Amino acid sequence: MPEVQEWDVVVVGAGPGGSMAAREAARNGLRTLMIEKRQDIGAPVRCGEGMARVWLDEVGITPDRRWIAHEVKGARIVAPNGKFVTLTEEQAGNETGFVVHRDIFDRTLAEAAVRAGARTMVKCAATGVIKDGKGAVIGVRARHWGNELELRAPIVVAADGYESQVGRWAGIETKLAPKDINTCIQYELVGIDIDPDINEFHLGSQSPGGYIWIFNKSDDSANVGIGVNLAMIEGRAQAKHYLDRFIEKHPNLKKGQNVETVAGAVSVGLPLDQTAADGLMLVGDAARMIDAITGGGVVNACKSGMIAGRVAKECHEAGDFGRAFLQRYERRWRAEMEEQLIRNYVAKEKLITLSDDVFNKVVDSLQGFKIERITTRDVLRMVQSRYPEVVKELEDLL
Amino acid sequence: MHCGACVGTCPVNALTLDETVVRVNDECIHCGLCTVVCPVGALEDKED
Repeated sequence: MPEVQEWDVVVVGAGPGGSMAAREAARNGLRTLMIEKRQDIGAPVRCGEGMARVWLDEVGITPDRRWIAHEVKGARIVAPNGKFVTLTEEQAGNETGFVVHRDIFDRTLAEAAVRAGARTMVKCAATGVIKDGKGAVIGVRARHWGNELELRAPIVVAADGYESQVGRWAGIETKLAPKDINTCIQYELVGIDIDPDINEFHLGSQSPGGYIWIFNKSDDSANVGIGVNLAMIEGRAQAKHYLDRFIEKHPNLKKGQNVETVAGAVSVGLPLDQTAADGLMLVGDAARMIDAITGGGVVNACKSGMIAGRVAKECHEAGDFGRAFLQRYERRWRAEMEEQLIRNYVAKEKLITLSDDVFNKVVDSLQGFKIERITTRDVLRMVQSRYPEVVKELEDLL
Repeated sequence: MHCGACVGTCPVNALTLDETVVRVNDECIHCGLCTVVCPVGALEDKED
């Protein structure tokens, strides 16, 4: 017989989305349990580790020396021919400013959840959902050190990331088309030559449908990784092959030594149409709240996690855990980020069709201009003056 | 690498990652997506 436990809310997954949901729920007085299938919250670091500063305040995270590895002033967009434009931190979006130790970052958020009153169980894998007679989720089944558990709660938060089993078990359609999946691999290279103040994004056919990142973790080390689109890679040429080929061509990287390899996948499609079911909310990567251009998901995971934690409290106050009541979760996260997610998805769909020649010409057109004050119209004008034939391709994008 | 990319990619939910072993159940339709998504090419699809 499985051991039965009763909670007000069970959170599956202790990444940023799960921890923020657990913190918020616990702060609101709910008896909160967060489970994590791995033995080690935060590891492995499946992430480029670039992070903006501006949003942290909004979700109540204080920048902490423990997880800030390095600070950068901007990012360089590098064309296939090696020419580049440099963007300031503000222009470079959600992935520039801090380069973090994601494992320690995640651990810190989990600690904050615990300090707010949440309980955690690591090495505790969800194996299914428990449903009542009407199909509503009323908890999860889990395995913890060989023991079968029934973790009962009227509301469950699925923060189980890309793999997202909980949503499927509950009957939410989470299937991804190959074109909406990027497969990724990253190395931590030490002893490399870089401009410590600038992160790099390398575009073009060297990373089909994605990009190669070099996010600096110190003056001579970086998280160097790649994401390539499943529908665009040649046969079974793996992400690893593309990344190794790139490093081979760059002596400043090739001289480095790799101290960690991590692989994974990320969705680059639109967020799910349905992120709540009776007794269940999906947050972050599990709900596909990923910026399709950068593949970044931490910011949206934190924001949606926090919203879910608060809605869990409102459910308990109202005594209503049904999908209709949970529309407030759908409404709030969509108001916060959906428009941006859709906009970036549309732009990404166009971006991945551009040839190396077009990337080269656009970046070439922008040489020598101060990017700080540039508008999209300026970009078009500059490209127009140098490469009129390319402008047509860019118009939809900009 | 045990990263779980294949588990999340499987269109029929036929894969589970049990510590270091990827298990395939009877639902498998041999579409091969898991072999494509694997960042290090560790999976192979043998139809039998």
